[in-house]
Amino acid sequence: MAPAKKRNVSSAKTSQQSVKTAKIDLNSKVERILESRKHANDVFDILEVLQSEKDKDVISAADACGKLFCTLLERKELFIGKLPGEEEALGGGYSAEEKYRMFMRHRYNSCVEMLLEHLTHELHGVKESALCCLMKFAAGEGQHPLEDLDWSEHYSFPRELILAVVERLLSKTTDNSLLISRFQEFLEMEDVRYYVMSSVRENVGKVMDKSKGAVMPVYQTNVFTLMSNISVPSQESELTNFMVKQEAKHEDWKAAKLNEHKRVFERMWLGFLKYKLPSNMYKKVLVILHDSILPHMSKPTLMIDFLTAAYEVGGAISLLALNGLFVLIHQHNLDYPDFYKKLYNLLEPSIFHVKYRARFFHLANLFLSSSHLPVYLVAAFAKRLARLALTAPSTGLLIVLPFIYNLIRRHPSCRVLVHKPSTEDEPLEDPYLMDEEDPAQCRALESSLWEIKTLQKHHHPDVAKAAMLINTPLPEKEDDISEVLEITTYELMERDLKQSQIKNIPLEFETATQLLKGVGDVLGQHFCLD
Amino acid sequence: MGKVPKKRNLADKVRKTKTSTEIKNNPFEVKINRKKFDVLGRKTKHDVGLPGVSRSKAINKRKETLLKEYKQKNKSNKLIDKRFGEYDTKMAPEDKILQRFAMERQRVHDKKDVYNLNEEEELTHYGQSLAEMEKFNDIVNSDDESEEKGLLSAELTASHFGGGGLLKKRTSGDQQEEEGSQRAKSRQELIEELIQKSKQEKRERQVQKEEAQELTEKLDQEWKSIQSLMVKKTPKAECDDKPEEKPKLEEYDMMVRELVFEMKAQPSEKMKTPEELAREAREKLQKLEADRLRRMMGEEVGDTAQSLVHMSADDLNDGFVLDKEDQKTLAYQDGKWNIGEKSEDEDEDEEEGESGGEEEEEEEESEAEEGDGGEEEEDDDDEEDEEQEGSSDEEDGHSDLESEQESEDEERKQEAEEASAEPKKILSKEELKAQQEAAKAELPYTFTAPESYSDLKDLLHGHTPDNQRLIVARTQKCNHPSLAVGNKLKLQKLFGFLLEYIGELATRSPPELTTIDKLIPELYSMCQIYPEAACKAMQGILGDAGHSMEEELEVKGHVAFPTLDMLIYLKVTALLFPTSDFRHPVTTPALLYISQALMKSLQDVTSGLVLCCLAVEYVSFSKRFLPELINFLAGTLHLLHTHLSQHIAASYAVVPPFRPSGKCSDLLVLSDSESCKSWSKKSLPLSATQHLDLKNDLDRDHHRLMCLFTCLDLVKRCSLLYKDLMSFTFIFQPIRTLLSKHLSAQELHREILETISSVPVSHSRLVLEKKKPIPLKLLTPKIVEVLDYGKKRGSTREEREKERLKHKYKKEFKGALREIRKDSRFLAREKLNEVMNRDAERKRKVRELFGSLATQEGEWKALKRRKRK
Repeated sequence: MAPAKKRNVSSAKTSQQSVKTAKIDLNSKVERILESRKHANDVFDILEVLQSEKDKDVISAADACGKLFCTLLERKELFIGKLPGEEEALGGGYSAEEKYRMFMRHRYNSCVEMLLEHLTHELHGVKESALCCLMKFAAGEGQHPLEDLDWSEHYSFPRELILAVVERLLSKTTDNSLLISRFQEFLEMEDVRYYVMSSVRENVGKVMDKSKGAVMPVYQTNVFTLMSNISVPSQESELTNFMVKQEAKHEDWKAAKLNEHKRVFERMWLGFLKYKLPSNMYKKVLVILHDSILPHMSKPTLMIDFLTAAYEVGGAISLLALNGLFVLIHQHNLDYPDFYKKLYNLLEPSIFHVKYRARFFHLANLFLSSSHLPVYLVAAFAKRLARLALTAPSTGLLIVLPFIYNLIRRHPSCRVLVHKPSTEDEPLEDPYLMDEEDPAQCRALESSLWEIKTLQKHHHPDVAKAAMLINTPLPEKEDDISEVLEITTYELMERDLKQSQIKNIPLEFETATQLLKGVGDVLGQHFCLD
Repeated sequence: MGKVPKKRNLADKVRKTKTSTEIKNNPFEVKINRKKFDVLGRKTKHDVGLPGVSRSKAINKRKETLLKEYKQKNKSNKLIDKRFGEYDTKMAPEDKILQRFAMERQRVHDKKDVYNLNEEEELTHYGQSLAEMEKFNDIVNSDDESEEKGLLSAELTASHFGGGGLLKKRTSGDQQEEEGSQRAKSRQELIEELIQKSKQEKRERQVQKEEAQELTEKLDQEWKSIQSLMVKKTPKAECDDKPEEKPKLEEYDMMVRELVFEMKAQPSEKMKTPEELAREAREKLQKLEADRLRRMMGEEVGDTAQSLVHMSADDLNDGFVLDKEDQKTLAYQDGKWNIGEKSEDEDEDEEEGESGGEEEEEEEESEAEEGDGGEEEEDDDDEEDEEQEGSSDEEDGHSDLESEQESEDEERKQEAEEASAEPKKILSKEELKAQQEAAKAELPYTFTAPESYSDLKDLLHGHTPDNQRLIVARTQKCNHPSLAVGNKLKLQKLFGFLLEYIGELATRSPPELTTIDKLIPELYSMCQIYPEAACKAMQGILGDAGHSMEEELEVKGHVAFPTLDMLIYLKVTALLFPTSDFRHPVTTPALLYISQALMKSLQDVTSGLVLCCLAVEYVSFSKRFLPELINFLAGTLHLLHTHLSQHIAASYAVVPPFRPSGKCSDLLVLSDSESCKSWSKKSLPLSATQHLDLKNDLDRDHHRLMCLFTCLDLVKRCSLLYKDLMSFTFIFQPIRTLLSKHLSAQELHREILETISSVPVSHSRLVLEKKKPIPLKLLTPKIVEVLDYGKKRGSTREEREKERLKHKYKKEFKGALREIRKDSRFLAREKLNEVMNRDAERKRKVRELFGSLATQEGEWKALKRRKRK
């Protein structure tokens, strides 16, 4: 756009005029071509403009082309069937009418090629108009197929055109997210979506095979953007919006069947996830997995391999994989051996600092709400969380303390963690083994939650108050963790800042005389004013 | 007289009681109200009634009230008999008299003599005051008259009383002897002569008396002289024997005299209210301002300064002044009069009663003046003073006190100025000019409170830090809330502006931290006066900072360390508000902010260390646990490693934002191990948090070492602070591992490690607090008190009350109606009575008339008959 703009600035008026005149020119040319076949050769002029450097000209030319060829398609003035070569067409014994159609079909083909090329143009405007134009052609072709087949037997859909568009969209070099989001509009049509899904699958298979499974960040991002925009409706009755309406046997068409959609969707995703992904892509996939992928699959269990692999990775990816696993375990009867052991090992200081903290605790709460868990396991979780709480921020502590309390409530035999009266009242070292990976071996039940006792001295009053609860028997009712899951430090600050009725504010009684003096004088010892 | 009425009273009583019992017993008088059924335990008041009695009572009552009113109807004037007890037959006449007398006395005492304590009232006898008569008696007894007493000369009696017959005759004999010469003497002349004579006699008596007095005096004097001679003899003889006793005596004497001459306790000025103080302070400032302006205009100031010189209370204002040399204070020094010594400066006299310390300061100031040092030095002194005083005032940091102390400062300043003005009595022109300049350079004394932040900036722009502080202090004083209505709001705003100003000072490059430092006391004092406003302002700043941090965190996932202004704000918060409160509207959010900053940002070790220092300060009293602080310190220590193999790094957990390995993970590693040797400890400048220009590797290494030193010191403090926490060992485990295994042992490390390892690792098990068992539910019946039986229950209390009142009203209304009816009946009866009486009278009169006429007629007829006969 930059060079064009410069030109605009230098001779704004003239260029504007020229654009206008060009547009009028193009429109009049299109009309002339459509009026009589005498002016058929003007189509070359239009195509020439389509290839020009000026983006505005290109856009207007694309519009003109769209108008022209759509009308021609409607009039059936394009050649239908297998197209002979240009020279052959001229030489062969065809009637003038047929020759004209062939000529126009050739121009149409070259126009489509040019537009496809424009899909990789550097300017978004050009790309967009090219895409719109192509989709118009696709719609036109769907209504008036260019193949010469028995349409009562076959379903007409411009598969090739869609495949070509998808291929261009999934660029290997540029991030096409904007264009893809524009493309989403067309994905609302059921048949388009269906064919786009199958073409994506084909394309991914082809490209990844070629690169031999190596990571291709840009390409994979594009694919992911496109795929994440696809959502399959939940009911068959919702399949109403079609680009091409089949005259015969519409109900039998694959694109009109929900199961087929689901199958294609599933195959598309599996085909994508089969290959190695960059780690941030992993996270992105896992974030939307439970929500927008699993429900749309015909056989979600096929995701097990992917999810278990992700769960094994460790760190944030494991945390995210939990969600998908939960869906599988919960709804699809997945039996995962050592699930809790792995969950136990996921508990690290970083869980309080990652972005997905709320989601993790929500899920962990769900997993540990089962009443069939062995006591040692629950105790191990409680103790480990308590130990981790020593390094956690205030917001994290406000989650983890009720969490631990809930564990103790659900499993009353865990009460020994906070209440273990013994006759010989001898102090002992903490027998809990933090480094032990197996919750069964970590001796958590022999320990006590001294950490919570420590947190009673925490600097934030809410945390300290929460920690005070272990001094007395816990109330029966469970705390609702969901309220505190999303709490932020600023919200905590606001609790104090927004207190409307402050009767009297306590003041420092020690007279302040200097900036660095006062309260322990720590700052003054290490820093000076200048 | 006293017995008779008593008897009658008794008789009355007897009769009355008799009748009442009679009436009660008389079945015809008693009406028994029939009860439908007996209720056990109910006490009835009205089972027996005496209708006759009550009716007569009612009639009597009406007669006394209603009838009287009726009779007085349409009569405008009436006679009120105010005599006490005139119609009270029950009262004994003696009582009446007594009462009346007492009332009269009271009436006299009412107003005039309320404050007359000893004078009761003038007693009179036939119109003459008894007291005077007594005085007269006294006069008669005096010696003047004593000689005349009993001397009733014939002349006197004659002149007074006109003379007796016999005496007169005798004098007439005399008269005849001197007939020729004294014939003309009239009675008046005689009287004059008499008066003259008596006067002369009087004078003579007086002279005699004086002479006698003189003589006695003379005698006294002579006796005295003899006595002194007699007395002095014995002490002298003793004195030789005991010479050491003399100073002792003198010492006592000295003490006595000193005590005599010592200043007596004088009534001090009354305690001033804060408003008065404020007004005085402002007036003082205004006066100073006027003074300054005048000097700026170039007027001579010597006179005014002179006029302010000490004036004694005995000064008659007549221009008579003792010379300085003459003015000696009476005092003993080493047992001698120190008459010869010079008295102290005049200034000191002014300051009698003030502490010695202040005098010293005074001297300092005057010295500063001598050096012509100008304002700044003086201000410095002032500030030092204030600091000293402030520290002594620590226990009771009252704002009044402080303002008082400030006003004292001002006073001293004023005095100092006067002192400075004094020596320049005669100024040359150059000096005058110089003075003008000085006045110009001097600050104005009154300021209007800034309305906006830019106003404040303009006000403070271009002044030295000390002057800025003075300006703020004076603004505060000129706009004390007790002086005008809107001042409170103005000062509250001023606090916010000042805070903003501080923030701006900190963001300047280079940051003007000394100015901030100077402004701190002002901020503190203002905060003490308006805690709410200060709290609001600080909360606003913290809220904004927290909000922007949150936003940044959402966008980027991590934040930059707070800038210097925020660090300063946090420090100021710690200075103004108590950090040890469990929950405080300002410090709690501030601490949260610190912890969040330590947790989420990773850019600058120096800023982080400043924050750590602040965090340690915040929790130093309360010893509360701040996990973020420990994490950050451990992370900082982690940055010290150079080449760590993976298994060592795995031996302790590094908490985010620090990473086990990465591009910045060896930030604090020294580039050259030799630079340790050239390093010496010094304080880091606060501005290092903003930008660092370290030229070479050595400088950089020194900075690193400085950071390391700070960090280790903080770790040490923390380890001492958190020693009592139960999980101490686990909290400090990463630090311990780092220090013991991966860093070469040094002194500071060893100390920390020792603290860490000295803490007991074993704890007794957790046991829930013992709780009082909840008492069983008791099954005794609940008793509901029913207050009125037989009434509608179940309605609410209000309704019942309303019902009750309604009933009462109805009853009263009926009663009133009944009474009114009875009244009107009574009145009608009375009227009828009246009419009937009137008619009867008329009839009687008419009959009388008829009777008389008939008799007349009869008489006339009889006469006629007789005539006929």
